[in-house]
Amino acid sequence: MNKSLAKLLFALAAIVMLGAMPAQAASSLSGELEIFSWWAGDEGPALQALIDLYNKENPNVKVLNATVTGGSGVNAKAVLKTRMLGGNPPDSFQVHAGQELIGTWVKADRMEDLTPLFKEMGWMEVFPEGLIKNIGTDKGIWSVPVNIHRSNVMWYVPANLKKWGVEAPKTWDEFFAIAPKLKDKGIVPLALAQNWTANHLWESVALASLGPDNWDALWSGKLAFDSPEGIKAWELFGKVLEYTNADASSLSWQQATDMVVDGRAAFNVMGDWAAGYMNVTKKLAPVSGFGWLASPGTGGEFMFLADSFGLPKGAPHRDNAVAWLQVLGSKEGSDTFNPIKGSISARTDSDLSKYNAYGQSAAADFAKDRIVGSLAHGVTANETFMGDFATVMEMFLKSRNAQAAGKMAQQIAVKSGIGK
Amino acid sequence: MREVSRDKIKAFLALLPSIILIAVFVYGFIGNTVWISMLDWGGVGALAENPTLNFVGVQNYFDLFTGFLDGRFRQDLVNAVYYSVLLLAGAVGIGMFIAILLDRKPRGEDFLRTVFLYPMSLSFIVTGTIWRWLLAPQGGVNIVPTFFGGEKLSFQWLSSKQAVLLFNWQNLLPVMLYVAAFVLIVIGLFCLKGNPPRALKRYLLPGLGLGVAVWLFGDLLPQIYFMEETHGFNLATLGIILATIWQYSGYTMALYLAGFNGISQDLMDAARLDGASDWGYYRHVAIPMLKPITISAVIILSHISLKMFDLIFAMTGPDNAETGHPALNMYLTTFRANEFSKGAAIAIVLFLLAAMFIVPYLVSSYRQRRARS
Repeated sequence: MNKSLAKLLFALAAIVMLGAMPAQAASSLSGELEIFSWWAGDEGPALQALIDLYNKENPNVKVLNATVTGGSGVNAKAVLKTRMLGGNPPDSFQVHAGQELIGTWVKADRMEDLTPLFKEMGWMEVFPEGLIKNIGTDKGIWSVPVNIHRSNVMWYVPANLKKWGVEAPKTWDEFFAIAPKLKDKGIVPLALAQNWTANHLWESVALASLGPDNWDALWSGKLAFDSPEGIKAWELFGKVLEYTNADASSLSWQQATDMVVDGRAAFNVMGDWAAGYMNVTKKLAPVSGFGWLASPGTGGEFMFLADSFGLPKGAPHRDNAVAWLQVLGSKEGSDTFNPIKGSISARTDSDLSKYNAYGQSAAADFAKDRIVGSLAHGVTANETFMGDFATVMEMFLKSRNAQAAGKMAQQIAVKSGIGK
Repeated sequence: MREVSRDKIKAFLALLPSIILIAVFVYGFIGNTVWISMLDWGGVGALAENPTLNFVGVQNYFDLFTGFLDGRFRQDLVNAVYYSVLLLAGAVGIGMFIAILLDRKPRGEDFLRTVFLYPMSLSFIVTGTIWRWLLAPQGGVNIVPTFFGGEKLSFQWLSSKQAVLLFNWQNLLPVMLYVAAFVLIVIGLFCLKGNPPRALKRYLLPGLGLGVAVWLFGDLLPQIYFMEETHGFNLATLGIILATIWQYSGYTMALYLAGFNGISQDLMDAARLDGASDWGYYRHVAIPMLKPITISAVIILSHISLKMFDLIFAMTGPDNAETGHPALNMYLTTFRANEFSKGAAIAIVLFLLAAMFIVPYLVSSYRQRRARS
């Protein structure tokens, strides 16, 4: 009797424990979460805001902020590679959304498919279709975008343009019409900075020359770089370069933007982080202090780049990492992070009142424009291509030979698995 | 006798850990890099858990020197050669000059010595940042003349796209053969007096033959690809060379100064007594005596210049072909483009270049020591 009672109690206890265990695991996570990123400078506070939000929901998780400094991840990517190859992946790491992740880590079979998470959280509906196409493959969706930046923006100072009697050009032909006049006055028509900003300019010029359909065809391998259309893009780019400053390679992008702000240059094509720079650092008000337009010939097209976080296979604290991704994709997380970072939300339902005039206009365009991926910031091509493309660009800046640049670009495309 | 052998065993045991560590972490890793450079590790699946690797032999090296896409590497190589030569000439020359001035014991010698040696203590990243500001196109060095009422300079120290002494890489093979022929003929002419038949057979005739053959059939040598590829001395590297000379001339100065101090006063007095001027003393006595110092300075500086990375990174950034350098290219190829094998090949090329300077020195000093003992 006593014995059977004990048995009964024991069984009961076992049932209770079995029932309690999953419930406990779901309600409060504990342990550590290591987040790997290169957000150290101006972006640091934005990342911290996200971590605070995460800790509010999961108070028992200790977040390790493993930041490696260096713009666009030059150093962080090398550190990440050593860690991944050494079998010591962080729980979640920052990466430019698109091929930079897919062509590197997904092809190497190192990432987890996030499609179930997207379905569970209802993200398939709130992220634009064009975006999901660019961050996924036919095998899955590989990262959660935290923000959206626009790459094809041309910046200017309205008061200066008025003084010089010119209008912001909507096409490159209009630009070529006014550029010589500006040059005669001793003003640089288009400010340019070091190498990567040349890549950045190239993608906007090429998009204008090719059009969005051909641009997508270029990256899916349906259009060759040395086809007549591809060569034409390089020729147009060469023509644009004639109106840029000669000391470009020793300037940072901020210095090129300064040239526009100081009135030494008329225009600058740069991503929309320039808006944050002019607004916060240079204390210019959007619209009245600085103006913007889609870069010539790309009106109605939104060339995007996004920072995103993925889930590596074998992450030591997988549950914590999934909870982190849930915070990143949520409306609250998105609207906490982006106004501080100076980007817009990847979600179509974000709270626009939190953003400034530039952010609102970009968000409006993002919701209605044709979305295409940026090359210079890792959406359309993998790292092998981008590494070699920097070389092609250097050769072109020196030789200005469109034919050779097209041929070289095609060779590296074949080599890196685009356009087999 | 037993005592000696026990000492030997003790010495061997004491050295054993370092021998093993060096064998594994230096020579083992060099060997591993050579092995990797002969694989096709790179491209799309490079970062997989177990990437599929194939042995491709010297294909990577072949690509580096003749491949259509690797013009950047060749330009970097040319840059490195010019960079090394000018750095050696500048740092050794200026260092020696300052050392001679200080050897005359001017007032405040100690202070001046510290001033000249000070740049050595800075890291390259710091030097690079300082010099990037100094050489910025709109300020720094370029506006110095305006302080004296002159015109502002417009030279673009770090961003000039100009290059001088251009040559076509496609012609490099014939040019090298011409040089070889020329060297053979010169050696032959020197030997002509001592041993005419041998000079004729060994040097003169082959030299002439080679020269004529290249002259006649040079066009038949394989062209690498359809367009010519010119490389030259990029003027943008001048700024970097200047910064490196600034950093290292203090070091050569210290080497020479120590050498000058080591020369006994008697020798100087004897030279004076024989009627040597100051210039004559340095020219014929002091500097020839310091040949070992010159050689070690050249060796140290040349391998530093071949491995230069951080200074260039800080001054012009990673993607500047005008001021590119093989070590930088190796880093970018390996860790940005994920071409591990090609990166390893570049590393091995650099290693061989450095060995080209160091091995002859080691061999000759080893021979000297054997001759002495």
